[in-house]
Amino acid sequence: MNWDFRNTEELLRLCNENDMPISEVMIRREMQLGESRRKVILDRIDENMRIMSIAVDRPISEPVRSMGGLIGGEASKLSQLDESKAICGPVIHRAIINALAVAETNASMGVIVAAPTAGSAGVLPAVLMSLYECYDISIDALRSGVINAGAIGYIITRNGSVSGAEAGCQAEVGSASAMAASALVEIMGGTPEQCCDAASIALSNLLGLACDPVRGLVEVPCQTRNTMGAVGAYTAAELAMAGVGPHIPLDEMIQITYDVGRALPESLRETAKGGCAVAPSLCAECSREAAWQKARSLM
Amino acid sequence: MANNYIGLFDVIGPVMVGPSSSHTSGAATIAWMTRQIFSGTPVKAEFTLYGSFAETYKGHGTDRALIGGILGYKSSDVRIRKAYAEARKNWLKVDFNVDKETQVSHPNTVDILVTGDDGHTLLIRGESIGGGRVRIRRINDIEVDFNGEYSTMIIGHQDVTGTVAYITSCLAEEEVNVATLKLFREGKGLKAVTVVETDSTISEELKEKILQYETVTSVDLIEI
Repeated sequence: MNWDFRNTEELLRLCNENDMPISEVMIRREMQLGESRRKVILDRIDENMRIMSIAVDRPISEPVRSMGGLIGGEASKLSQLDESKAICGPVIHRAIINALAVAETNASMGVIVAAPTAGSAGVLPAVLMSLYECYDISIDALRSGVINAGAIGYIITRNGSVSGAEAGCQAEVGSASAMAASALVEIMGGTPEQCCDAASIALSNLLGLACDPVRGLVEVPCQTRNTMGAVGAYTAAELAMAGVGPHIPLDEMIQITYDVGRALPESLRETAKGGCAVAPSLCAECSREAAWQKARSLM
Repeated sequence: MANNYIGLFDVIGPVMVGPSSSHTSGAATIAWMTRQIFSGTPVKAEFTLYGSFAETYKGHGTDRALIGGILGYKSSDVRIRKAYAEARKNWLKVDFNVDKETQVSHPNTVDILVTGDDGHTLLIRGESIGGGRVRIRRINDIEVDFNGEYSTMIIGHQDVTGTVAYITSCLAEEEVNVATLKLFREGKGLKAVTVVETDSTISEELKEKILQYETVTSVDLIEI
C-alpha cells in the first residue's frame, strides 16, 4: 500500500478508501517514507508540542525584549487585561495571547518549532493551546491536530510556497492559518473534507497578504499577524464545520495563493522596501538611528 | 539519514532558536557543519557576510548563530543567545566583516575562516537557502556542493587514480550504500575533495581505514 500523496485530492481519496482521518494517513506516509516506527514519530511530535508549550508560557511570566528591540512584553500585557475589557471571549483571547507569546519567544532568540516557518511559528501553538485551555480536549487529539496540520503544510510546501521572500506573508501566516484551521476541524470531529474546506477558507481570507517586516526583523508586523492567523483559523474551522463554503477547492486555492504571491512586487516580499516597513513614522526612527551610527563611526 | 522527501518534521519543524529559519537556523547549521569539517580545536573564527546576511545580520542574531555553530552548538541550542560569552569562555576569538559589494550567487552567503590552535586554517563558504536548509559551496580553494541532509563523508586527497576506487571498496565492504558521490578538484593531479553521501551512518573504523590510504589527507564526517 502506497501512503504517499501529492495533493489534497489524493489525500482525501486515501482517507475515504481507508476510512481514516487525515492525521492517520499522514503518519502512515511518514512511517513509510521515513522508514520509522509509529512510536518514534509520536515521541518526536510530543517533544515538539512540549517546546511549543514552553514558547507559549515563558513570555507571559517572564517578558523579554526582542533582539531588534521593537517588541517584548505584549503577551504579558494582554494577559493582564481587565476581564471586563476582554471583548473576544475566552478561547479567542487565549489564542491571541499565545500567538503574541510565541512571536516574542522567537524574536528574543528563544527555542520555537517552525510551523511552517519561524515567522509564522505562533499560529499553530496559539490555536492548539487555547483550545486545550478552554475545552475538554485530550492530548491524543492535540497530537492528531499537529499531524493533520503537517499534512496540509506539506501539500502547500510541495505545490505552493511557505516562503515570505518568494510569495509574501500569505505563504507564511496564510499557510500556518490553513494548517491550524484543518487541525481544529479534525480535533473537533469534522470530516477530512471539512478539514480541507477550512484550510481553503483560511487561505482565501489571507490572500494577497504582504511580507513587509519593519527593518527586516521578524517583529513588526509579524507578531500581530500571527494573532490574526490564529483567529482566522478559528473562523475558517467554524465555517467549514457548519458547511459554509468553501467556494474554491484547496488544491486550486494553493495554486491561486502561489500565483498571487509571485505576482506581488518584490518590495512586498521580505525585502523591507514596502508596506509597513516604509511607514513614515518608523522610517524617521530608522534614519535617525542611521545618522547616529554614522556619527559614531566618524568619532 | 536520507531525507529526500518533504516529511512531517520538515513542516512541523525544525526546532530552532529564533527569529529566522534562514538568517538564524541556517547560519548556525553552516557554522556547525564547518566545525564538523574542521579538525582540532578552533581558536579563531572570521566571518564574512554577503547579501542579505550583510544587511540584517544583527537583528536576526546571525552573528550569534554563526559563533554558536563554530562552538559546536546545533541550531536549537539556547546557548546561541549567549554566544559571545560562550566564545570568550572557550578562548575563541571572533571577527565579523560585512561585504555589501561582492556579488554572490545566493543572497544569504557567508565565508567562514577558522584557525586552529596548531595554526592550520579552513575556509568554508555556505549558503542559507531557506527554511533552515543550507548548502556548502566551498572548502578552501575547491568549489563543492552538498547540503548535509544525508550522512556525509568529506575526504581530502590528491587527485590520483585509484583513490575513489579505494574509497568505494571500503564502503562496499562495510555494506554502506552510497546515495551520491562527487569529486571536486583544483585541477588534474592537484588537491581534490570527494563528498560521499550515504544512506546509513559511517563508523569511526571505516573513517580510519580510508584515512590510511596514502593519497588521503583528511576524512571528516557530518551527521545531522
